Amino acid sequence: MSENNQKLEGFEGPGFLATSLDKAVGMARKNSIWPLPFATSCCGIEFMATMASTYDFGRFGAERLSFSPRQADLLMVMGTISKKMGPVLRQVYEQMAEPKWVIAVGACASTGGIFDTYSVLQGIDRIIPVDVYVPGCPPRPEQIIDGVLKIQELVQNESLRRRNSPEYQELLASYGIE
Amino acid sequence: MSSLTQEYITEKLQSKFEGAIQSIEMLHDFLTITVEKSSLKSIMKFLHDDESLNFHFLTTLCGLHFPDQAAQFGMMYQLHNMPANFRIRIKSFTNDSEPVFDTMSDIWPAANWQERETHDFYGFRFHGHPDMRRILNMDSLVGWPMRKEFPLEDPFRGDKDDKMFGR
Amino acid sequence: MNSNKEILKEKEYTILNLGPTHPATHGIFQNVMKMDGELIVEAQPTIGYIHRAFEKLAERRPYNQITPITDRLNYCSSPINNMGWHMTVEKLAGIEIPKRVQYLRVIIMELARIADHIICNSVIGVDSGAMTGFLYVFQWREFIYEIYEELCGARLTTNIGRIGGLERDFTPLAWEKIHKLLKEFPEGLKEFENLLVRNRIFMDRTINCGPITAERALQYGFTGPNLRAAGVDYDVRVMNPYSGYEDFTFDIPLGTNGDTYDRFMVREQEMWQSLSIIRQAVEKLDKMEDKTTFHADVPNFFLPEKEDVYNTMEGLIYHFKIVMGETEMPKGEVYHAVEGGNGELGFYLVSDGGRTPYRLHFRRPCFIYYQAYPEMVKGAFLSDAILTMSSMNVIAGELDA
Repeated sequence: MSENNQKLEGFEGPGFLATSLDKAVGMARKNSIWPLPFATSCCGIEFMATMASTYDFGRFGAERLSFSPRQADLLMVMGTISKKMGPVLRQVYEQMAEPKWVIAVGACASTGGIFDTYSVLQGIDRIIPVDVYVPGCPPRPEQIIDGVLKIQELVQNESLRRRNSPEYQELLASYGIE
Repeated sequence: MSSLTQEYITEKLQSKFEGAIQSIEMLHDFLTITVEKSSLKSIMKFLHDDESLNFHFLTTLCGLHFPDQAAQFGMMYQLHNMPANFRIRIKSFTNDSEPVFDTMSDIWPAANWQERETHDFYGFRFHGHPDMRRILNMDSLVGWPMRKEFPLEDPFRGDKDDKMFGR
Repeated sequence: MNSNKEILKEKEYTILNLGPTHPATHGIFQNVMKMDGELIVEAQPTIGYIHRAFEKLAERRPYNQITPITDRLNYCSSPINNMGWHMTVEKLAGIEIPKRVQYLRVIIMELARIADHIICNSVIGVDSGAMTGFLYVFQWREFIYEIYEELCGARLTTNIGRIGGLERDFTPLAWEKIHKLLKEFPEGLKEFENLLVRNRIFMDRTINCGPITAERALQYGFTGPNLRAAGVDYDVRVMNPYSGYEDFTFDIPLGTNGDTYDRFMVREQEMWQSLSIIRQAVEKLDKMEDKTTFHADVPNFFLPEKEDVYNTMEGLIYHFKIVMGETEMPKGEVYHAVEGGNGELGFYLVSDGGRTPYRLHFRRPCFIYYQAYPEMVKGAFLSDAILTMSSMNVIAGELDA
């Protein structure tokens, strides 16, 4: 079972630690995730509360928010995505460089939420692959942080070859992304 | 200016626009006047320009659809005279299937986007509007969402089991 | 420093696309701007990226299920939207609310107004580079969230109150927190003010940034702090008082030339006025003999106590009808407006006697005054356009509905 390890395992000695490359890279990556806050509505305000001093999102390494997709690792979709916004979200996702992860924060991003209408996309996983879903309307900051900790677990335990593997290519192809 | 009363307004309107006033009512202390569509623009202009009436502020406007009535499509305007603190509601109905109303955006610029929203929701056209296109929905949407016959939910989704939702 | 210069001759312009996803536009709206270098010649806004079809959704839901939708209009101050909706339905049904409940509602609404202005003012600071103010003052918004949690259980989208009153009385812990806020928030607000109000850099950035005259503002249908910054003292709480506001004394802060600095200062002063209103409400409630009512006596709209539901026939029937949404609502049409964080938030409700509204139209202040944005930034620098947008407090939920 994968865990959120804080200590890097390996063969230790005075002044050196021998471990495998993907464990070292995993630890480095998980503690320096640069999120792209794609905040559309009310969940965005809870994200602002998470970034503020009481819940302090920056202590997980995510202090530097990147609004440019090219420089971001984690796409945090917070809020309702309407069908008009769908292509924009898709374009932002495609512009992100690998490795990239997606977290759907809130009920509207996960499944469309309370808005079962003709103009709201019923969940962002209809257009992009999602790694973690955080339910709630809006989720408390602790829940958002819990979701990001799960992402950290995924980041830490990911194999370095995953993004080139045929399963991943198949996943992207099922969404129509090259 | 605090002499603006319901009687004064109705008298002024009746004397100037004899046949166009269809009904005058006080609904929950709100003066509501239903007028004929052909004189709507001139009545609204009169309410704005006349110095003693001075309805200089357009609070809101929206479209209405009553499919059970003969004149099924309508517009509702709410005006406000701030110095005298008097509010008035003007309604106008038509039975055209593709209604065309006159724009109010040359009198009150606030009407610009609100008329675009009404066009987006009901399909009414506004004669003289500078930029008549959809504002809130996608440009590719077919149909007029707020009309009573348009469904609320997305008809193309395949994952909702009608049996579970009691349909 | 601004230079609202006139663009005189034909030059080659660049087209810049600002948004829909942009760090400085707090919310999802797009502006396609024609730029002459750094100056803006013309701006074309596109909105609707978060259109959730509230008006259509409301035609399908019974009256008490519409409150969560109204939450999501101006989500920075959701209690005001909720109370406005409840007052609209009470107006239609002719329900008379007891004085104590009115004063409790006033406390909740003024807390929401403070919370909304906290966000707007700190975000103006963030957009001009002053991140510290945001971090200081957001802790007070967290404290207001704690008060909301004590009252209704939720932080942001509160769904607070019921048709006919409030769902429960204020608990002693809620009163303790309100008193603590009244004692300690003035200091916190003063700290925030000292950072920005007489700050030379902030003043240089915001004075004459995106001004609008009172004439033009009225023509564009401005209401709320944006209109008051332009010099017009229109406040729905004074013009058409509701929920006991006629018993309170408060000032209406006004600006002079409607620029960003005036909007910032008007919101700042309104927070002080809201604190004073809450203080007056607490005093009035202390002096009142009635210390227990938290709802009007309308059994067909307000859920009866559980003892009555299990032991009396009427209680059972009322409970069933209210929960299933089958209460009889009179026919009619009504318009009610409240002073939201951004201005006159109006609800136009047409009922045909059925269990759901026949037509519900929201008069959303953000939607109406955002039309003036291209005019306000014409000839200004791009960085001033960003500040103007954040000072107008455009909330995407209210813009698109």
